[in-house]
Amino acid sequence: MTQKIGNGAPGARGETPLLALDGISKRFPMTVANDGISLSIQPGEIHALLGENGAGKSTLVKIIYGVLHPDVGEIRWKGARVSIASPAAARALGIGMVFQHFSVFEALTVAENIALGLNDRQERKGLRERIAQVSEDYGLRLDPDATVHHLSVGERQRVEIVRCLLQNPKLLIMDEPTSVLTPQEIERLFMTLRRLAFEGCAILYISHKLEEIRSLCERATILRQGKVVAECDPRQETAKHLAELMIGTTLRPAYHLQEESAETAPSRLVVENLSIKTDRAFGVDLDRISFAISAGEVLGIAGIAGNGQNELMAALSGETAADRPETILIDGKPAGRLGPAERRERGACFVPEERHGHGAVKDMTLSENALLSAYRTKGLVRGGLVDMGNTIRFAAEIIRGFSVRSDGPDAEARSLSGGNLQRFIVGREILQQPGILVVAQPTWGLDAGAAASIRQALLDLADKGAAVVVISQDLDELMEMADHIAVIAHGRLSAPRKVADVTVEEIGLLMGGVASSAQQERRHAVPA
Amino acid sequence: MPFRLEARGQQSVLWSWLSPVLAIVATLIVSTALFAAMGKPAGEALYTFVVAPVSSLNGIAELGVKAAPLVLIGVGLAIGFRANVWNIGAEGQLILGAIVGGGIGLWAGDETGFWILPAMIIGGAVGGAAWAAIPALLKTRFNASEILTSLMLTYVAQLLLIYLVVGPWKDPEGYGFPQTRLFGEGATMPILISGTRVHLGVLAAVIAVGVCWLIHAKTLLGFQLRVLGQAPRAAAYAGFSGEGLTWFALLLSGALAGLAGLFEVAGPIGQLTPSISPGYGFTAIIVAFLGRLHPVGVLLGGIVLALSYLGGEQAQIAMGLPKAITGIYQGVLLFFLLAADLLVGYRIRVVKRVPAGGVA
Repeated sequence: MTQKIGNGAPGARGETPLLALDGISKRFPMTVANDGISLSIQPGEIHALLGENGAGKSTLVKIIYGVLHPDVGEIRWKGARVSIASPAAARALGIGMVFQHFSVFEALTVAENIALGLNDRQERKGLRERIAQVSEDYGLRLDPDATVHHLSVGERQRVEIVRCLLQNPKLLIMDEPTSVLTPQEIERLFMTLRRLAFEGCAILYISHKLEEIRSLCERATILRQGKVVAECDPRQETAKHLAELMIGTTLRPAYHLQEESAETAPSRLVVENLSIKTDRAFGVDLDRISFAISAGEVLGIAGIAGNGQNELMAALSGETAADRPETILIDGKPAGRLGPAERRERGACFVPEERHGHGAVKDMTLSENALLSAYRTKGLVRGGLVDMGNTIRFAAEIIRGFSVRSDGPDAEARSLSGGNLQRFIVGREILQQPGILVVAQPTWGLDAGAAASIRQALLDLADKGAAVVVISQDLDELMEMADHIAVIAHGRLSAPRKVADVTVEEIGLLMGGVASSAQQERRHAVPA
Repeated sequence: MPFRLEARGQQSVLWSWLSPVLAIVATLIVSTALFAAMGKPAGEALYTFVVAPVSSLNGIAELGVKAAPLVLIGVGLAIGFRANVWNIGAEGQLILGAIVGGGIGLWAGDETGFWILPAMIIGGAVGGAAWAAIPALLKTRFNASEILTSLMLTYVAQLLLIYLVVGPWKDPEGYGFPQTRLFGEGATMPILISGTRVHLGVLAAVIAVGVCWLIHAKTLLGFQLRVLGQAPRAAAYAGFSGEGLTWFALLLSGALAGLAGLFEVAGPIGQLTPSISPGYGFTAIIVAFLGRLHPVGVLLGGIVLALSYLGGEQAQIAMGLPKAITGIYQGVLLFFLLAADLLVGYRIRVVKRVPAGGVA
């Protein structure tokens, strides 16, 4: 099964590996997450762990970091057999980990957050100085006295990295570290990682972003369905070949008709000077958001998480009402004060970011979840009573039309994989034949195959004359799908620009909140 | 640890039915041990508590009489609990229903008009609903926890009842006892089965089960309530009004609790006294959970808990056991029920020991 490609064979440097895994297996009630995985990491090596969502990457690193214990298999650290009982044991060996979701307290300072991770009173002495020292040494600019909730996501990640570095790790595990960073921040992170590797610290880098891995890593282990399918030197492989190894099939690029006709098409959704004060602590105020989108058009809204995307989604869906009706126009009619059900009746549908508990109820069946947003548009309620027959038929139609793998309309939403549930939700909204569809993070956490099918479904909808707004942190996705792109930062939206006319660097600067004043002026001078 | 809890992939249907049974069995074992510890013959005590009360036709009729208020309140609470609306103050709403409905009955005196009973029933429902409207207003307007406000209002209701029966509504010919006059013929609930105390309220409880099942299983309203309870953000996304549903759940459960109070005073009790309920409003919370928050389950749960009241009385009379035995029995049952519910979502696994950490 395992292919060896290139010259990246284990032990190429002729040293004892820092970490060697041999035949690691881990079984969960529903699946086999890891199936006989072997891999080895040399000191100072940047090693990529590559695989789709659900391939078993997270399980494997949790085993290395002592969060989970393997059912079968052997772990050797510097040649000696070990059993890593807990994260504390892993840290004692010299293994550090930066998680995808940060565990920082927003209300505390950087130094306080780091102190919380230290058990030993002795270690806390002179902590501020050591934080300053480490962050200077590795180019991780960080103020020990800053309160975390003022920090950007990139800076929060630096808190986590510094926390690991203070313990002088021999192996640093990074779990999808770039998913929340701007292109510029990614480059800075890579410089830090290369410097660490140069000093002899090995790095296990988990990602599904192929270009990053090709530019950073010298060896890669590729997982598919819990097994190692290939080991290679990613610098010598094409991104396409890596993707095919990862997915096991070939992919065709998404296709979107979109011609100049959109210029003359009528505006379906117009948002004008939409400002909403947040009612949550650490929420983001929306500040004079304006855009217009016409039939057949796809508008991408880029931005780093936590810059107002959730608030914008709630304002567009009607979960938060605007102050004045005319700030949001659906097909020319004021809709700012309408709730979600009324907006759906006017032809707008929505796919929220969170699947469980927002877009779907996980303990309810698929037919009940079909009822959730379509009860009016599909006429599934008669005289207050639910028309169960038609509801089940509608759910079956979604399942058929969008290849949702499930046990049928009676299956509970929680029994579906992330990709299948997302296909169900997107399908439910598309089959209501919306004139406007607003989707947030449509392919978050999905494998490449599921992501491609969802993107294609959205583009097909646009080609049939709907206006599609895609709010996403995945810049590659937006560049592939959107006709126009705008960036949300600190609750403000930049002026939408044609994707063909814009570079990734410009978007990256906007994502960091560095909009030139000239652009700001232009935005307010030109009415949408 | 030799045992570990492991999440099941999905809710176990088998265990959602078995868990109440397991809880009842565990409760019987513990209460038997308790009887034994008190020096009573365990077998006899258990017989007195569980079997003797229902060994005659009249005993079964009494079971219905006791179960009626529990079921009536329990079905309303269950609908609210499913929506995450925690009305803990049904006891207070029961009292207000008894006061308002019973007040109409007292005011009617010895009149025998056909309108009296319907007016009393409506008064009972309105009284209970009005008392539940206070927590609803505080919840939707100020986001005050309905758990606290509804519970605190129970004590206000109790004091209000005591004030009325020792003050303005006291029976002038009652030798100074704190109670009102007996309701007249026209203001007393008709007996449905002659020779027993089975009154109109028992039928009302069965009807309430049917209506609540219809709401729960068949209507958009019931669906909205369930979505609100399981995923409030999904409810907002769907465009369901969280405030409206909170109002509905509180008013419905309040009205049903008020009805239960009215049926008690205008049925078996026959007048207003300071103690019109042996804690039905609180016991109904156990009933709702024992019945898995499902209307039909609540019906069965109400019968089980009614038995605990009858058994407790029987144990006091026949064996000289303290009154607290009923409360202990109910508390132990709720305890085991909540514990056994874990098995719906999790299974217990025996695990082999993992060697300790560090370099081997």
